[in-house]
Amino acid sequence: MSRFPSLLAALCFALPVTAEPLGLGRVAEPDEIAAWDIDVRPDGLGLPAGSGSVMQGEEVFIEKCAVCHGDFAEGVGRYPALAGGLGTLQDERPMRTIGSFWPFLSTAYDFINRAMTVGYGEPASDDEIYAILAYLLYSNDLVDEDFVLSRENFTSIHLPNEGGFYMDDRAQTELPLFTHDACMSDCKTDVEITARVPNSQ
Amino acid sequence: MLTAGPALAGDPAITEMQPWRRDLGDPIDDAPYGLPSPFESDVVRRRVEWLTPDAYTAINFTPLHELDGIITPNGLCFQRSHAGAAQVDPAKYRLMINGLVDRPLVFTLQDLLRFPRENRTYFLECAANSGMEWRGVQMDGVQFTHGMIHNVEYTGVPLRYLLDEAGVKAAGKWLLAEGSDAAAMSRSIPLEKALEDCLVAFKMNGEALRPEQGYPVRLVVPGWEGNMWVKWLRRIEVGDKPWHHREESSKYSDLMADGRTRRFTWEMDAKSVITSPSPQAPVLHGKGPLVVSGLAWSGRGSIPQVDITLDGGINWVKARLSGPSFDKSLHRFYYEFDWDGRPLLLQSRAHDSTGYVQPTKDALRKLRGVNSNYHNNGIQTWHLKSDGRVENVEVS
Repeated sequence: MSRFPSLLAALCFALPVTAEPLGLGRVAEPDEIAAWDIDVRPDGLGLPAGSGSVMQGEEVFIEKCAVCHGDFAEGVGRYPALAGGLGTLQDERPMRTIGSFWPFLSTAYDFINRAMTVGYGEPASDDEIYAILAYLLYSNDLVDEDFVLSRENFTSIHLPNEGGFYMDDRAQTELPLFTHDACMSDCKTDVEITARVPNSQ
Repeated sequence: MLTAGPALAGDPAITEMQPWRRDLGDPIDDAPYGLPSPFESDVVRRRVEWLTPDAYTAINFTPLHELDGIITPNGLCFQRSHAGAAQVDPAKYRLMINGLVDRPLVFTLQDLLRFPRENRTYFLECAANSGMEWRGVQMDGVQFTHGMIHNVEYTGVPLRYLLDEAGVKAAGKWLLAEGSDAAAMSRSIPLEKALEDCLVAFKMNGEALRPEQGYPVRLVVPGWEGNMWVKWLRRIEVGDKPWHHREESSKYSDLMADGRTRRFTWEMDAKSVITSPSPQAPVLHGKGPLVVSGLAWSGRGSIPQVDITLDGGINWVKARLSGPSFDKSLHRFYYEFDWDGRPLLLQSRAHDSTGYVQPTKDALRKLRGVNSNYHNNGIQTWHLKSDGRVENVEVS
């Protein structure tokens, strides 16, 4: 029992009550969850049943994707290339494609399904998405031309740069360097302009 | 006498009658939703055509050089979309919470309005802000070097209230936030962040979110990169691992010089920039009293100090902060001095409440190389010339 009942009562009225559910909203129906829960993870969670071959994928890709990404997934205009660039990540101009950069194939399934079958893209069935991915693996020289991708063999495919990513380490590598007393006077002996906007006066 | 007569000596703006003095102004019904003065028609968001493939997966920039204080007006908040700005019917708006929860739930907009609300002011900075400057100076104006940022007072429901309503299971460690637009933007967010300070927001600066900012509901992820602030929010899934989706692996990840890539670089490092003078805001008044104005911010806290140099970093003085100082919000600084008309190399340097001091661009390049695209918080230099024009430069 509180020794300060009036204060406690005042606090109860003053602060939002969050520990107990308010009973707002309603339970989501299984069909509703199925309609929206489209995400796919690297461990295969979320992948639908289905399969598609490189040959089928080439046909679908040329019909539905090539207008922006090129027949060989080389990219058109500023729309991205999806193939090539392997071994360029330390170059002056690295090429970041599914083959050279992306860590997980599941990301491509998820993205094509969520964003490339509507809006910019064309509707595609689950089998067609598997086929497009098979063709993109082939375009990146990662599988042979008779390869068939399916839910069953999906997680056995590892992209070349899977191990090239690491968790943000700024707290260890940068924050100690940049947490210091700042110099306020005579911090340099002289200063020169070293770079200007191209074509400026 | 207010009628025409012989010309009087003095300023015609005073001695001659102006039409706004002589005639009635606009009737009160002319602008039910008010607009800026026609004389301010140049104060607009601008796009850089070559930056993106088209006008749907695209970005425009806040005109920072024209603004003051800390709040960005709603119509000037930069916009980024990956499939255009969705126009969502609020009557058909639904927010689903599913996955590792005791009760998967669906909320309408009216349901959200029945939870306790909070009002908080935060900056939203795109991770790619200043990204075009990694290889050297490129953009001719603060709107383009630093304009992927805005600062807004949000009204919303703490995300933790909604998660409490659904009951997160013990195995739940990550959230997937997902939009309802044609990109169905999706980002993985650690549960701790959601419980700490994320908001499900429906108002910006007091009024409904603008369509391009996620109307009717967006996620607010304070201090973290703008892409995570999912607009047109339709779903929160609770899971035990991150999803590694496109915008957190192939994009919004930071390629280092050694060819390896940092992922999940969520926090925005402390940063500042002088917004005036700047290339789009030259000094037109000649020598004499000059006001330097700028912005500073940090994704890790507030800004207790900003330093200014006029000589490219040899000597620094403390700027004057004016206006509210909120965590993870823009701060406004000023430095007033008597300009003798000599060329200056102007820089600002932010200190945040953790003790972090904004580094130079070269210090960042030494650690990261020039291909990381995102998170460029290096010190900006403006060269103020004797004639008052300002150019974007880098200095030794």
